[in-house]
Amino acid sequence: MSAKLETLSQNLQKHFGDKLRSLKIALGEVTVEVASADYLVVMKMLRDEADLGFDELIDLCGVDYSTYGDGAWQGKRFAAVTHLLSLNNNWRLRVRVFAEDDEFPAVDSLTGIWTSVNWFEREAFDLYGIAFVGHDDLRRILTDYGFIGHPFRKDFPISGHVEMRYDPDQARVIYQPVTIEPRENTPRIVREDTFGDTAHG
Amino acid sequence: MADIRNFTLNFGPQHPAAHGVLRLVLELDGEVVQRADPHIGLLHRATEKLAETRTWVQSVPYMDRLDYVSMMCNEHAYCLATEKLLGIEVPERGKYIRTMFDEITRILNHLLWIGCHALDVGAMTMALYTFREREDLMDAYEAVSGARLHAAYYRPGGVYRDLPDRMPQYEASTWTSAKKAGELNENRSGSLLDFLEDFTNRFPTYHSEYHTLLTDNRIWKQRLVNVGVVTPERAKQMGFTGAMLRGSGIAWDLRKKQPYAAYDKVEFDVPVGVNGDSYDRYLVRMEEMLQSNNIIKQCIAWLRKNPGPVITDNHKVAPPPREGMKTNMEELIHHFKLFTEGIHVPAGEAYAAVEHPKGEFGIYFISDGANKPYRMKIRAPGYVHLAGMDEMSRGHMLADVVTIIGSQDIVFGEIDR
Repeated sequence: MSAKLETLSQNLQKHFGDKLRSLKIALGEVTVEVASADYLVVMKMLRDEADLGFDELIDLCGVDYSTYGDGAWQGKRFAAVTHLLSLNNNWRLRVRVFAEDDEFPAVDSLTGIWTSVNWFEREAFDLYGIAFVGHDDLRRILTDYGFIGHPFRKDFPISGHVEMRYDPDQARVIYQPVTIEPRENTPRIVREDTFGDTAHG
Repeated sequence: MADIRNFTLNFGPQHPAAHGVLRLVLELDGEVVQRADPHIGLLHRATEKLAETRTWVQSVPYMDRLDYVSMMCNEHAYCLATEKLLGIEVPERGKYIRTMFDEITRILNHLLWIGCHALDVGAMTMALYTFREREDLMDAYEAVSGARLHAAYYRPGGVYRDLPDRMPQYEASTWTSAKKAGELNENRSGSLLDFLEDFTNRFPTYHSEYHTLLTDNRIWKQRLVNVGVVTPERAKQMGFTGAMLRGSGIAWDLRKKQPYAAYDKVEFDVPVGVNGDSYDRYLVRMEEMLQSNNIIKQCIAWLRKNPGPVITDNHKVAPPPREGMKTNMEELIHHFKLFTEGIHVPAGEAYAAVEHPKGEFGIYFISDGANKPYRMKIRAPGYVHLAGMDEMSRGHMLADVVTIIGSQDIVFGEIDR
């Protein structure tokens, strides 16, 4: 398996060279990071070059890095992570592109390269507010009609902002501010690297 | 001449053939579909966001509720991704149990699919037959996990416990006579493996009954043949996986190409379609059930001969046995830390995919080293297939839309997540 990953990373180096901001092999997976300016060109070549041959786009998702490592994150806030699969070469690749602007995140749309990305980009737009430039139908997809905000951003509370109920006085369904308190039973903890080592006794 | 406009029709969200809560906005020219715009998200529960606030083990039961007809396969992808990040190995017996239950799940899923698909298209009887067989398989689920549907049986590191030595028995009651209970208990006298072996011996007969009912049925063929044709090129473009891809003639199966669990040690064939229409996808899934049946047989034979642990002995990941916890201080600490704080997963990212009955089901994790995932993304096959709905249904009649939804094997739990 690792010989295969080696071949893939060599092919990637050959085609893209310094267009790759980073190329990592970890846990049997190859991850590359590209600048948003090179994104479209790189993706198109990933599909069209036979020795890369990524004919299927498996997944695209948004990521909000703002609270990564409890605030240790230094880079850009939003990223779009794509998982590609090549049926002929039987290998996978993960591509990450960071949106340049944290306030109005935008990256290029891949709809011209893989049809399957259409709904994934709509989803990332809906949940993270990442705009995909060149997408011709960028509507919300998972949240309710008329929903406000982008629920998967880290600053959006897990219980949301509004709740819906039937109001007998007005005889209709109304929205009101949430009445439940957010509750965390198990606190989130990032332990130091040596935590739980048997060497500590 | 009168002005003729396209007719817009709302299909669902409360339509029996919409397989849940699909709202399909159809633009019709007469009875011919010009454009199909699925509106999804009516079952959106933000599973991915919830997982960010739960420890790694606490999210396992959420997986069951994604695709609620193939529960254990969802858990499998989740556990594989977690194990990849943790860098732990599952014991051999655990892998075989997972393989066996994945295939049980596949049969469960396909039985529900063929029952509902046939029901939508107009063959009432199928659902009655397939639910008869589903009953036995759900009993197997119940025997190992205590739950008939939402099992939460797979855990990071293996499976929760070993297979039981005896099956639950029917008892005589007001509704079940002693004679009837005795009949029902006949194949339950042995262990779970005996019960399953009995099922695998009976299943090919049932399977041929389905073929008799449907395969050469004139109405069935009129409704399915040449409906929703997908060429191999388009299937790849649209990101199809699983039976949707194999129906178009591409022999792609993760169990063969990127084997996980014990799939590299069992023998099976990958059925492939020719024309890429709904009828081919039907045939592919039908054959898959027989192949799954064979895999279950092989797993039973292996599991009978090879006892051993089913979950990793790394107690930073899996809880220690109950007896150990009560006699050993270290085990007690492990137990306490696991259930109050949970597993600590090293920082990094991992994607693991399984050949789910519906296609490629993948879980993508980003971990920052905490006791909870930083980001979890569920790659649901149905989401991608439903996105291809527009293209597949264009130019077809309104009634064919029902066939296409059926042949995509849509379940809303995984699409809306």
